Amino acid sequence: MSVLIDKSTRLIVQGLTGREGTFHAKQAAAYGTTVVGGVTPGKGGTTHEGWPIFHTVHDAVKETGANASVIFVPPPFAADAVMEAADAGLALVVCITEGIPTLDMMRAMTFLKARPATRLIGPNCPGLISPGKAKAGIIPGHICKEGRIGIVSKSGTLTYEAIHQLTRIGMGQTTCIGIGGDPLIGTSHIDALRLFGEDPDTDAVIMIGEIGGTAEEDAAAWIKTHFKKPVVAFIAGQTAPPGRRMGHAGAIIAGGKGTAAEKMAALTASGVTVVKSPADMGSAIQRVLGT
Amino acid sequence: MKIHEYQAKAILARHGVPVPNGEVAFNAIEANEIAKRLGGSVVVVKAQIHAGGRGKGGGVKLAKSADEAERIAADMIGMTLVTHQTGPEGRVVQRVLVEEGLQMARELYVALLLDRAVGKPALMASAAGGMDIEEVAATTPEKIIRVHIEPGVGIVPFEARQIGFAIGLDGAQVNKFVKLAAALYETFIATDASMVEINPLVVTASGDLLALDAKVNFDDNALYRHADLRDLRDTAEEDPLEIEASKFSLNYIHLDGNIGCMVNGAGLAMATMDIIKLAGGEPANFLDVGGGATAEQIRNAFKILMSDKNVKAVLINIFGGILRCDVLAQGVIAAVKELGVPVPIVIRMEGTNVEEGKRLLKVSGMNFTTADSMGEAATKVVQLAG
Repeated sequence: MSVLIDKSTRLIVQGLTGREGTFHAKQAAAYGTTVVGGVTPGKGGTTHEGWPIFHTVHDAVKETGANASVIFVPPPFAADAVMEAADAGLALVVCITEGIPTLDMMRAMTFLKARPATRLIGPNCPGLISPGKAKAGIIPGHICKEGRIGIVSKSGTLTYEAIHQLTRIGMGQTTCIGIGGDPLIGTSHIDALRLFGEDPDTDAVIMIGEIGGTAEEDAAAWIKTHFKKPVVAFIAGQTAPPGRRMGHAGAIIAGGKGTAAEKMAALTASGVTVVKSPADMGSAIQRVLGT
Repeated sequence: MKIHEYQAKAILARHGVPVPNGEVAFNAIEANEIAKRLGGSVVVVKAQIHAGGRGKGGGVKLAKSADEAERIAADMIGMTLVTHQTGPEGRVVQRVLVEEGLQMARELYVALLLDRAVGKPALMASAAGGMDIEEVAATTPEKIIRVHIEPGVGIVPFEARQIGFAIGLDGAQVNKFVKLAAALYETFIATDASMVEINPLVVTASGDLLALDAKVNFDDNALYRHADLRDLRDTAEEDPLEIEASKFSLNYIHLDGNIGCMVNGAGLAMATMDIIKLAGGEPANFLDVGGGATAEQIRNAFKILMSDKNVKAVLINIFGGILRCDVLAQGVIAAVKELGVPVPIVIRMEGTNVEEGKRLLKVSGMNFTTADSMGEAATKVVQLAG
């Protein structure tokens, strides 16, 4: 099994006619994902690379039976795209876009709260992949391997690093979820862990966090009482200076809060295997599973 | 983006937050003229830099006459001000704010910022104003009062009243505070601020509320829709290398070490700094070239790394997803050919088209050190940096 996406996923791409949308729609389809169409306001009724294009997400859902969307829309319009997807009732909405104004996301999050049937992944994330089944986003399929480890991460390429380390030692993944590096995101570490906890085919989880906010501390508290499977964690930014935004909009030590040291201590206290080196994520999973 | 105190006060005043009378001066003569215009028995001369703690460092002084204001400004402009937020190198003062002196009865703290955990703005206040609020939060967190604001509803007067009474204001002052809180929220929303802070908010001897100091930071992602705010950027407050990098959309942060790093992706870039440190080295920078870097961008990134004279070795760590390893290799080879990079380079790459990338590096005839894992790359680069 896997979480959130699999062979039953019917994916639309918001912004499919753009350069990135086109590229990644093709990649997803080549990986075996059922991509059923695209949405570009003003281009409804046309086809693009063989896919039908719709003016609105509502139209796309009605015509294609889509149940998921991946968003490659420029930052000024991305929060709008997220809300449109949620309003159309899609169960899964994955927003890849980086650079969305925080206040736009704050409004979108309020809108989403009133539509609890929709789960948002991201924004500012690489999306997710269930190896051997389907993907929504930009994680390269060829580095993945079907297996029994879950990954949840705030980062893109650092997620690839974790996947690669696992694949190289022969350990595959159930689902890899990039939750995004923005201050406001739809799916938290805890949300992803809960899904992995309920998935009988996930044996252990790699959790990747970074400086900024308190999501990792919250996850640590939740793991202590709710999560029974082994967790290996890495926190990026142990050497980051305070008060500086480290690439991701959310990666900032503000007011002395959000340091890697605090997060690592909280996770260790909850029984999580915290690795100091990003090179040790794969081997630590091997160690905790005794394989 | 950060701005100066005088700019923050101008924005707050425009949205209805009461601030003291004052103007910015770029030289001592201007300071004298402003002091004369303000009149009164005392003016305050405040160094304008993008860092807090200015008072303790000698960046805030009282003047009892326009001539004294001029003398103070003459000393202050051009001086290097060191505070706990500037680092030991300090900042050169380029401008001063000359402001009317006030009779203060109390100093309070009030701020508005996004509470990430809740996904809503939080209005925070404390009776312990004028102090380092981080210290208050650490030692006596119960002294900070907080309410969350419903986006779309905005700040409701009762919420502001709750806070106002809790920080010890009387009835008349609370009414003023309700207006001030609404103006703060309006500023926050209208400017896409990431933080609006007034510390201290003073209660004057006559019972008025005034923002004696102010800090406003903006959400960089929203600056595209605020041309007027973009003009407030003061590049003199920024690192020259970081300004150069920003021209090429490179995410670069200058640090103190001697190992330059070039990485794709913010998380991997932070992790690369971390592993350099674990291997016993010190990173010279954070540099994320982004997911879709071109050969041209790799070249620009190299130029910036090499402009840092402390750099003794470079670590390139790329996990190719969208960015293909062969494109990266071509970019690196072209950059080294053109710029003649005079320090050892360790390259670790993985992912899309890695075999072709490695082949290109090998046949280039250039003296690159390659590594197969992050750990190996870090060990090698630390050795080479000496």
